[in-house]
Amino acid sequence: MNLLQLSLLEQAIFVSAALILFVSFSLLAQRRLVASIHAFAWQGALVAAVAALVAAASGENHLYMSAILTFGLKALLIPWMLHRLVRMLELERHVEQLKRPALVIMAGAALVIFSYWVSLPIGRLDMAATRNIVAISLSVVMLGLLMMVTRQQAVVQVIGFMSMENGLFLAAVAATHGMPLVVELGIAFDVLVAAVIFGVFFFHIRENIDSLDVDRLNLLTEKEDDKP
Amino acid sequence: MNILFLAVFSPLLGAIALGLISDRKTAGWVNIGFSLVSFCGAILLAIQILKHGSYTAYGFHVDAFNVYLVLLTALVGMSTSIFSRPYMAHVSDAGKVTKKGLRLYHSMYQGFMFTMMLALTTNNLGVLWVAVEGATLATVLLISLYRTPESVEAAWKYFILCGVGIALALFGTVLVYFAAQHSLVDPDEGLVWTTLFESAKDLHPTVMSIAFVFLLVGYGTKVGLVPLHHWLPDAHSEGPTPMSAVLSGLLLNVALYAVIRLKMLADGALASTDNPDLPGYLLMGFGMLSFLVAGLFLHRQKDIKRMFSYSSIEHMGLMTFAFGIGGTLATFGALLHMLVHSLTKSAIFITVGHATHIAGTQSIDHIRGLIRTQPSVGWGLLIGVAAIAGFPPFGVFMSEFLLLSATMQSWPWLTVPLLVGLAIAFAGLFRNIHPMVYGAAPEGQKPVKANMTPVVVHLMLVLWLGLAIPIFLSSWLDQATFLITGLHLL
Repeated sequence: MNLLQLSLLEQAIFVSAALILFVSFSLLAQRRLVASIHAFAWQGALVAAVAALVAAASGENHLYMSAILTFGLKALLIPWMLHRLVRMLELERHVEQLKRPALVIMAGAALVIFSYWVSLPIGRLDMAATRNIVAISLSVVMLGLLMMVTRQQAVVQVIGFMSMENGLFLAAVAATHGMPLVVELGIAFDVLVAAVIFGVFFFHIRENIDSLDVDRLNLLTEKEDDKP
Repeated sequence: MNILFLAVFSPLLGAIALGLISDRKTAGWVNIGFSLVSFCGAILLAIQILKHGSYTAYGFHVDAFNVYLVLLTALVGMSTSIFSRPYMAHVSDAGKVTKKGLRLYHSMYQGFMFTMMLALTTNNLGVLWVAVEGATLATVLLISLYRTPESVEAAWKYFILCGVGIALALFGTVLVYFAAQHSLVDPDEGLVWTTLFESAKDLHPTVMSIAFVFLLVGYGTKVGLVPLHHWLPDAHSEGPTPMSAVLSGLLLNVALYAVIRLKMLADGALASTDNPDLPGYLLMGFGMLSFLVAGLFLHRQKDIKRMFSYSSIEHMGLMTFAFGIGGTLATFGALLHMLVHSLTKSAIFITVGHATHIAGTQSIDHIRGLIRTQPSVGWGLLIGVAAIAGFPPFGVFMSEFLLLSATMQSWPWLTVPLLVGLAIAFAGLFRNIHPMVYGAAPEGQKPVKANMTPVVVHLMLVLWLGLAIPIFLSSWLDQATFLITGLHLL
């Protein structure tokens, strides 16, 4: 694929998609909670930008709607909610100790290569452009998953979860020019409700274990003497 | 068709109405009322389908495959709501749940029923995803209803694991849509199941197989397939018992239903390639693994609800395995097994709910002498377990027998692990159940107010299905078999 043959709009789509992946990596290694939330907001804004750019490039007007919806939800509302929760839980200065950051980043890079490998056959079906975006969105999903696995802090896990959603939305927008409207609204509704419920959970968890370190949620196991 | 809307949307109205009712006694009855309305709607819908065949309009699609599941869902939803009224009253008398919590419980019970009905009847894969995710959202706060550290942990695990799983399913759905846009005449129809099914052979095989892997892992998390099952025993054991009954009896079925609908598309797309059986092999592998692992774990359980949730994993594994084999006999058996397992398992959970109230604990070691204390509960549990373990003449025996014969036909050597697994599970259940129902009751153990009607009805139905399957049902199952495999059994 020769990048110079693409129109300016398409090049902008690629740059934004690459930036989304970059933000995913920065989330993976970010120790400060508030900075993570900001990075997540930027990722949401970039995803919305991709939606708007794809709309402009393809002339599919309903994508402008999804761009606005995504911007409102992922770049403004959910980061704001998380920020408010962090303030209420008095975690603004929370700095997490990362376990083996270099290894995690390497694993992230490996996941990106894996995602490219998985999406190889998709490229044969379509122009190489789509393959790149599908691979990037799968990488973002995988990096979100990795973040949830490697981190113990509940708020950070939720950010990982939401950044997975960003990856999914990117896939939907770039590969298929957006899902049908009813589905998109349904997904947005689900994400919003999930964000609210996560907020409720932070308080429940804190009430019970006096911290938001989910590693301490270890009462339910298959050990013989698990129950008092 | 207004009847369909009655069946699907009355739980939604119920969720809204129950959100407004704060009186606990009224809420219990209203909950039953809405479930009854939905059940009547489902019966009328079934009669319509019986008369006129499958129905597709307004983004809904009802055919032989899902109509019997709609009926089953509404029935189990109704009988569990009948059980839930006195059960939750007992719980709230014991001070385990706040008034606000109870209101949330009733509202979200109906909310959950709505998502189940919507997932079953929708014709749109995207809406299916939204509904299955909605089911998680509706139930997650109910798992942690008692606010104990264990229940909060179980709910968090449930939320995170199912959330991640279902996110992968959405990626699979996007890939299906992507494949559809490259082959369908009208790309806007790209998520409509009936359209996709008609042109399944034109869908790009490689993309569809990648998509199917994501969808299987995603919805498979909800089915509780090993190794994605970790949320299931926790959520079942820590939530209120009516929730365990509907999760085990309905949610797992609906998730499996989604997997099978998508397998039908993947099968069609892969039919003319080198490995047309890839989806089937995947299902067989996951199914067999779940079946065997869950059977072994049954032996280690200390908590009665946890034990029965492992039994659910075991049975879901068996069904998944059977759908994976894919012949007419195996598919027919698996469809029947979905039905009888749901009925039996929800009956068992209802009985277990009463048993834990009698003993005041969920620990297997401390539940003793149920038959002495309250014969109806003791016998209910014993007969329920006999049914789920696959004793003749119950329906589970019939379906398991069909599955074994089907395995014998196409994969003779796999009958050995299957039989061994059934024996292990049987032993695991009975070594725990025996001391609970027989034996001397502890001093001062008193009977509780229990409504055993739902249990009796469910077990009678299972018995009936074991002795004779009514014509309309067998013709539905046969049509569904035809839809899935392309051949009639009967």
